[in-house]
Amino acid sequence: MQGRTLLILCGLCLLSLVSILFALSIGSMEIGLQQVLGALFSEQQLLESKVVLELRLPRVIAGFMVGGMLALAGCLMQVLLRNPLAEPYVLGVSGGASVFALLVMMAGLTGFWINIGAFTGALISILLVFGLTRIGQSWNPMRVLLTGVVVAAGWSALISFLLAVSPATQIYSMLFWLMGDLGYARFSGFSLVVLLIGLGASLFMARSLNLLTYGDQQAAALGVPVNQLRYGIYFLASLLTATAVMQAGSIGFIGLIIPHLIRIVLGSDHRLLIPASVLTGGCLLVIADSLARTIIAPQQLPVGVLTAIIGVPVFLALFQMIAIKQKP
Amino acid sequence: MTLLSVAAVSISIGGKSICRDLDFELNQGQRWGVLGGNGVGKTTLLKYLAGLLPLAQGELQIHGKPLSAWKRKALAREVGVLFQDSQDTFPTTVMETALSGRHPYLPFWSFEGETEIAIASQALVDVAMADMEDRQIDTLSGGERRRLAIATLIVQNPRIWLLDEPTNHLDLHHQISLLELIIDKVTAAQGALLMVLHDVNLVSRFCTHAMLMVDAQTIICGPIHDVVTRQNLELLYRHPIRHIQGNGIRYFFPE
Repeated sequence: MQGRTLLILCGLCLLSLVSILFALSIGSMEIGLQQVLGALFSEQQLLESKVVLELRLPRVIAGFMVGGMLALAGCLMQVLLRNPLAEPYVLGVSGGASVFALLVMMAGLTGFWINIGAFTGALISILLVFGLTRIGQSWNPMRVLLTGVVVAAGWSALISFLLAVSPATQIYSMLFWLMGDLGYARFSGFSLVVLLIGLGASLFMARSLNLLTYGDQQAAALGVPVNQLRYGIYFLASLLTATAVMQAGSIGFIGLIIPHLIRIVLGSDHRLLIPASVLTGGCLLVIADSLARTIIAPQQLPVGVLTAIIGVPVFLALFQMIAIKQKP
Repeated sequence: MTLLSVAAVSISIGGKSICRDLDFELNQGQRWGVLGGNGVGKTTLLKYLAGLLPLAQGELQIHGKPLSAWKRKALAREVGVLFQDSQDTFPTTVMETALSGRHPYLPFWSFEGETEIAIASQALVDVAMADMEDRQIDTLSGGERRRLAIATLIVQNPRIWLLDEPTNHLDLHHQISLLELIIDKVTAAQGALLMVLHDVNLVSRFCTHAMLMVDAQTIICGPIHDVVTRQNLELLYRHPIRHIQGNGIRYFFPE
């Protein structure tokens, strides 16, 4: 079982490498694989090297990490809420982030300040939901889910309000941000640390997460400290989501679809599901972003649109295949 | 040897009192049957005994050590629970589920090795599910799920076995064969058993002691022959009972 896990993960690492190289080579300027490798590993100062190293690499790496964080947060949320429909944004993290990011944009600030605004908004939403669900009784998944969904609905109403009162000149960039966009995403050490901590901690609790899918009581009876684990998962998933949203806006779909895709193909064991989701989520976002940059170049599409356009048919096809295979 | 003891325990849930000042000991080699009407709190009491809910009043000791002093994982090596229903949200296989019983014995990061797989395979053989290892659990019948839950408990191999209606969903043959199997395992583990049952005749056939939960004030505990009597059962179920004797066992039927 251990051997199979390692083999699959090695394969996915290879796939990640291929998708990153692919993303580095395509764009408005076609750069061959050899030149990409040359740019990465030799000292030549060609124009191609500059494009690869300074323009594409930071965006591709940031994209890979955001994809990984979203997929991981999706896995965690689905276990936490014991609901297959759960995804990173379901409890309002991205809504809070969006409201504050839009406020920052309305104030005329750009770039880094939008990230700060988004992260602040996400934290406020995380603490709000946590506080509301802690009042009175114990923490049960249905209550957390409903509270989160209602808070998210509140944020979404505020977003509509802000869009309605914003000047027409700002609407375009706001919508772009809301749909999820890697245009301004840059490699950041903070994201890397969050991703690594998230991945490490989730792998450490992986077998406990497996037990949690059998229900709280069963997990507790088998020796899982359920309450502590729940709080841990909530804050970890929220932090991952907040960091991803801060970097790239609300890129939809990856957090919902990747965990299910991996479950269908590789099974539900979190020791494999978690690292495999991170790698696959990273790959999908990197490929989707490459296409977003090039399909209707020189114009760019928001990557959130592409993740759905790629993800929906792949997921539905797999789902159909499973249904056909299981038919007696 | 006393494995589990409760002293002066009072439990109420949602404003309803379930027991008041309950004193009770579960000793090695004993098999207790818990009887009571619907909604009297049998399942709730079982969860408190398993240490899954925090006691507000009274003390619960396992191996002479108060519950609060136990780490969750160490506790899971001593106390095992069979719940009334099993839940599952995401697809998983029969083998993976059976292996989950080894969780309390493994460090967090560790994978199950050959030893664990051998233990789980044997438990699946014991409950006659050896050929279903790779089946998805959502394709199992109610009785098969019940047998899988029992296999998982066998894999967990605790000393104190707390079972909530173990015979639910089981056909007549499996009711008897699985109860016999469980009793063998409990004996082998030098443990004790406490199970909630609705069938008085299974209690009188398999248990050494019984607990009759009439109401919060009246919980009758003791050896089976003293406690499971026609008068007590009539008091318990508020229904006339008839009893017959055969093969040295007393059988009870509702009028």
